[in-house]
Amino acid sequence: MTDITASPAVTPGFQRAALIGAAIAVVALVALFVGARFALLLAIGLGFGVALEGLRFGFAGPWRAMILRRDPAGLIAQLVAIALVACVAIPLITANPTELAGAHAPVGFAMIGGAFVFGICMQVVLGCGSGTLVNAGSGNPVSLVALPFFAIGSFAGAFHLFWWTDLGTAPLVVFSGTGGLAVTLVGLAAVGALIWWKAAPENRRVPRRLWIAAAVVAALALANLIVAGQPWGVVYGLGLWAAKGASILGADLSGSGFWMAPVNQERLAQSVLTDVTSLTNIGIIAGACLVATWRAGLGDALPRLPLRAWIAAIVAGFLLGYSSRLAFGCNVGAFFSGVSTGSLHGWVWFAMAFAGSVVGVRLRPRLGLEQRR
Amino acid sequence: MKATRKLTAGLALGLIALVVAVDLGSGAVPNPYRAPPLVALGSGLAAGGAHCAALPRN
Repeated sequence: MTDITASPAVTPGFQRAALIGAAIAVVALVALFVGARFALLLAIGLGFGVALEGLRFGFAGPWRAMILRRDPAGLIAQLVAIALVACVAIPLITANPTELAGAHAPVGFAMIGGAFVFGICMQVVLGCGSGTLVNAGSGNPVSLVALPFFAIGSFAGAFHLFWWTDLGTAPLVVFSGTGGLAVTLVGLAAVGALIWWKAAPENRRVPRRLWIAAAVVAALALANLIVAGQPWGVVYGLGLWAAKGASILGADLSGSGFWMAPVNQERLAQSVLTDVTSLTNIGIIAGACLVATWRAGLGDALPRLPLRAWIAAIVAGFLLGYSSRLAFGCNVGAFFSGVSTGSLHGWVWFAMAFAGSVVGVRLRPRLGLEQRR
Repeated sequence: MKATRKLTAGLALGLIALVVAVDLGSGAVPNPYRAPPLVALGSGLAAGGAHCAALPRN
């Protein structure tokens, strides 16, 4: 029961109609005052938020389920969604290399280490890139505390990025064309088969909800690519928010090759409402909040956690941002979008972040994040 | 009275409202008449490159 139901004048039906109306109004305002493409990207972000929260499709939770209970369902759904995107995205990008860009990045020492650290931290706060946004939007206080530090970490990691990549970076490897698609699909099938083989026999099933979620998330990711010209991402937008804040407070970004690059100078000068990942990030938070309100799920009392848990959330939040910059993305930008657009770094990211998650799952209770009173 | 998730969800929405408000207040006002075409595919325009995976060069 929500507080709303206590009022005879506001029914749940009216509240839900108001939520939909508010979402449509915000998208219409962006269309009117910013541009149609940006409104469409905000709507896609809202769709991601609704799908991820409404269908409980995530990354950190399913990895945890596989590590602790050998439950493969969520991980299989992720691989299916990535395969669906790859079937369209790799041929499209190959045929339209100017208009569409993949999430292509080189493998390097910092990239490998960054993915491992990200895997640890995503299990500590139980939220990855998209998960932190969804959880914050649905009222999870740990994610809400981690989110600003995630943004600051992303800004700082980007600030130092060239120093890290200069430690050693291999040439870019991209699987493109029909051959690249075949390699990607065979790889996904092999990983899926390994996960299924390692799963507990009693857990070897994928609920219908996750099949639907995989299809919806894949459709939204393809819409993101076709509308924006680039794949779904999270981390860039968060770092941009912090970089803009730092600039407004008088910070000098001229010492950073990353933030002084023309593309990033342009982003810093223009509104966040014209930045692709900022718009989808805003949409994810708002969409998750919409679903949580729709379900009347915001009435739960906040958990009482020890001080060390809040400190862990702050530190892990910062490291999520910093490490994901070195790793060229999080679970979305590197794993989901990297693999589905043919980048080798997406595969390396997955292996290293999963290894980090094994550590993170064991670290989380020691940091007081599971001590609820 | 116990604090609920309504408070934290509201703060999350407040956070994004603050980001947008500070951004607009700093002078980064968008111009809808200079917006790109609705869809990038088929537009003839090059992709922007502001993505997590991008490694820009000066």
